[in-house]
Amino acid sequence: MTITTVKPTKPWMARPAQRLQSLGVFLAAIAISYFVVQISDFKGKLAYLTVFFLAFMVLDFIYQYLTLSKSAAKDAIARAVIAFGMAVVVFPIFSILVTVFLRGYKGLHFSLFSLDMRAASMNDPIGAGGLQHALVGTFLMVAIALVISVPLGILTALYLTEIRGRFTKPIAFLVQAMSGVPSIVAGLFILSALIYTVTRAYSGIMGSLALSILMIPTIARTSEEVLLLIPSDLREAGVALGGTQWRTVALVVVPAAKSGLVTAMILGIARVAGETAPLLLVAGGSDQTNLNPFNGPMASLPYYVWKAYSFGTAESVTRAWAGILVLLIIVLILFTTARFLSGRKG
Amino acid sequence: MVNPEEGEKDMSTVTPSSLSSVASASGKVRTPGTTALGVGLEARGIHAWFGQKHVLNDISLDFWSGTVTALIGPSGCGKSTFIRTLNRMHEFIPGAAMAGQVLLDGKDIYESGTDVTKIRLKVGMVFQKPNPFPSMTIAENVLAGLKLAQLKVENKDDLLEECLERAGLWSEVKDRLSAYGGSLSGGQQQRLCIARSLAVRPQVLLMDEPCSALDPGSTLRIEETISQLSSSMTIIIVTHNMQQAARVSDYTAFFLSDGGPGSMVEVGPTGEIFSRPKDKRTENYVTGRFG
Amino acid sequence: MPSATGLPQRRELTTKPRFSDKVFRGIVTTGGLSSLLLLGLIFAFLAYQGFSILKMEKFSFITGSQWQVVLNDSGAIDKANTAFGIAPMLVGTILCAIIALVVAVPVSVLAALFLTFYAPPALKRFLVAIIDLMAAFPSILFGLWGFFILMPSAEYWAKLLHKYFGWFPAFKMEVPIFTRSPFVAGVVLAIMVIPIVTSISREVFAQTPLDRVQAAYALGASRWSMIRAVVLPYGRSGVVGGAMLGLGRAMGETVAVYTVLNIVYQVNWHVLVGAGGSVASMILLKFGEAGAQEVKALMAAGLVLFLLTLIVNSIANAIVAKSGGKGR
Repeated sequence: MTITTVKPTKPWMARPAQRLQSLGVFLAAIAISYFVVQISDFKGKLAYLTVFFLAFMVLDFIYQYLTLSKSAAKDAIARAVIAFGMAVVVFPIFSILVTVFLRGYKGLHFSLFSLDMRAASMNDPIGAGGLQHALVGTFLMVAIALVISVPLGILTALYLTEIRGRFTKPIAFLVQAMSGVPSIVAGLFILSALIYTVTRAYSGIMGSLALSILMIPTIARTSEEVLLLIPSDLREAGVALGGTQWRTVALVVVPAAKSGLVTAMILGIARVAGETAPLLLVAGGSDQTNLNPFNGPMASLPYYVWKAYSFGTAESVTRAWAGILVLLIIVLILFTTARFLSGRKG
Repeated sequence: MVNPEEGEKDMSTVTPSSLSSVASASGKVRTPGTTALGVGLEARGIHAWFGQKHVLNDISLDFWSGTVTALIGPSGCGKSTFIRTLNRMHEFIPGAAMAGQVLLDGKDIYESGTDVTKIRLKVGMVFQKPNPFPSMTIAENVLAGLKLAQLKVENKDDLLEECLERAGLWSEVKDRLSAYGGSLSGGQQQRLCIARSLAVRPQVLLMDEPCSALDPGSTLRIEETISQLSSSMTIIIVTHNMQQAARVSDYTAFFLSDGGPGSMVEVGPTGEIFSRPKDKRTENYVTGRFG
Repeated sequence: MPSATGLPQRRELTTKPRFSDKVFRGIVTTGGLSSLLLLGLIFAFLAYQGFSILKMEKFSFITGSQWQVVLNDSGAIDKANTAFGIAPMLVGTILCAIIALVVAVPVSVLAALFLTFYAPPALKRFLVAIIDLMAAFPSILFGLWGFFILMPSAEYWAKLLHKYFGWFPAFKMEVPIFTRSPFVAGVVLAIMVIPIVTSISREVFAQTPLDRVQAAYALGASRWSMIRAVVLPYGRSGVVGGAMLGLGRAMGETVAVYTVLNIVYQVNWHVLVGAGGSVASMILLKFGEAGAQEVKALMAAGLVLFLLTLIVNSIANAIVAKSGGKGR
């Protein structure tokens, strides 16, 4: 056999000359969108985007029609419309990220994490006061919610994947139904079941309970997905070695799914860390750091943001953006960690 | 993807002598290029890669109009990859690359500025598994190609009947053209897929193991269909079933991979490949010593 | 099995679980039933607290459009003049959610098509990650961003809609107040549900059988005609399910709607006019200064919202599961 010296090629990819022509079409569309928006009475970034896409669509249609065929030209229109849809989806995400960082960083300062608002008002200059109380409150409430939700969520997932009893289908259905419960309803439930009947006072633990209702389905469903990925021969191997089901699950299945279960917890935290409505109903809110979840109202980051936003002055709104920035960074870290953990397993 | 057992099952009963008799029974070998259907399809030095893996090495093969060419060989020897380079279906696989030329009527189908949809209209394809569109009726399935490629046609009913007739399905479905394609049996579905390919009037029809998912009765019907179609077009069929290759084809090409990229060991008139192969490896394969 | 059929009697295959396994199964089953218990408790307590109001108002709790608490001289509830009806809020909830879907579904389907059939792999991974991230954004973030950034733009679009499509009945306005209208709230909700609808649609599109896709291409289809002939018929029901999940999410949203919607207690079908309603936001709004009786009415409203979202989500999940997605 002779040694081949042939190079792999991809003749279906665009050639440099074609790429240059496409770039020309693209730039022409940008130029057109600039002029059209200048002379018409439409305004705003989205006007540029829309006119650009319309112009691109028309130019690309003509280009494809001239160089290829009518069906290729029609395909080009579809491609432009589909890409436009994607751009419309991506646009707000970047707008949100950019806005939060640009407006939020002005409210950051060094004592943000060491001071609470007991000695400062929302209207004070930014350097006064901080959101220690809010961070502590969110941390405590989410931590307690996690302690409640993880066992229940993972047990639910184990029931759905390991026991597979007579209730498997209804429970899978109920877990899905539960993940659709509006957060305000979770708050109303704790209010009606515990605050009005038993404690008659706001406290952090009530917030945790309300958050748990939102957290359990997230943890249960993510864990279920993870446990389903564990090959069943692992389970059979465990049982075939004479292990009881309990030992097989505890010593084989759960350890194999460990990083996935951690991902489930992290996604559960991310799901509730920014919840506002139920906390407004059941945890009250306060301006000072409260370390006792069983006594007295407790602040939280979303509550802090909500209060600062509602106050409505320039300083308070800056505080709200700073609070949102901190919250967003927390969510970003959680989310990236979860991605990393679940990606590492392949 | 491909079931390697498929060919072996039939091998046990086949001997070289019976093969050659089948081949000669299927009719004379046509002389290349005598039909007025165009030059046909020519592959020139085709290589194929998936990512870094070189899967097909330097295949040059001419397919003459009005003939049936069978591609045989063990699984993983690149037969399917090869026919997918002939209508540019190869490029759908991520990481795919190729080298060489495929000339259709003397023009390279990979040339820059070629409208690939036009190529696929001229070079049709029938797949291993029958795949009628389930959301369409039998009639809509046959005419789907016209809609997909945005072609206009004068008389749809005539075309419908003609294509179903050529695919050998008309008499079976003419009373239920508005039933859904999924209501047919497997063999009927495959003939529906053939009819669907015919509706856009291809010059070349590629068939990638069209019978491997079908029962023997349906296989026979499809083979009859292939024989009837072969006078009016170029047919290239990948098959694991050597009896089938012997029954339907005029030419046979034997592909083999020795662990590296697949290459073509031998090509020739079907009768010769099965009765007097020049290469020892071909002989081993067609006599069932491996595969 | 009776021997009349000629078959030997079947033996029961029983594995008697050990004690430890019995305990294990018991604990897991109990934990597994927690969702049933919690959903049951939510229903029970909201119904218990709201019962007296529902009994008093009967069906007019849903159909009535008055919400007023009148006390008589002794400070007790004046039953004759007190009325609790959530029709305007219910209409508003549904209106905002429908606007959200009308905006979000087409855009999400296009984005899902882009991700499945057009995007190069690296770009696809990146876009999928940021869309998933967007689904994890807290609703207060959408509330703030919606109020400060989106609302001015959305008002401008509303003016354009009114200017060019004012003949359309829903776009009529008697008073030119464009701020904090159901349209604005609907746009904010649309952006919140886009990640949900997009990822469900993407999941379903990605499951389109490859052989049908190839068959279409082999017949000379362009990418778009392949999508129209194969992908959209296959994915249609999945998209419907994803849209309904988005509907459920939009109907239950509280904070983000609260910031951008002017809650006015009247049934308003004119989506551009700055007066709308939302059950969830109304609960938050009225909760602060509600007396004992009114809180019970709010609990009843919560019950209605709970049942409404439960029904919508259940139907949605059933549709999504049937068409090959995982649901949310």
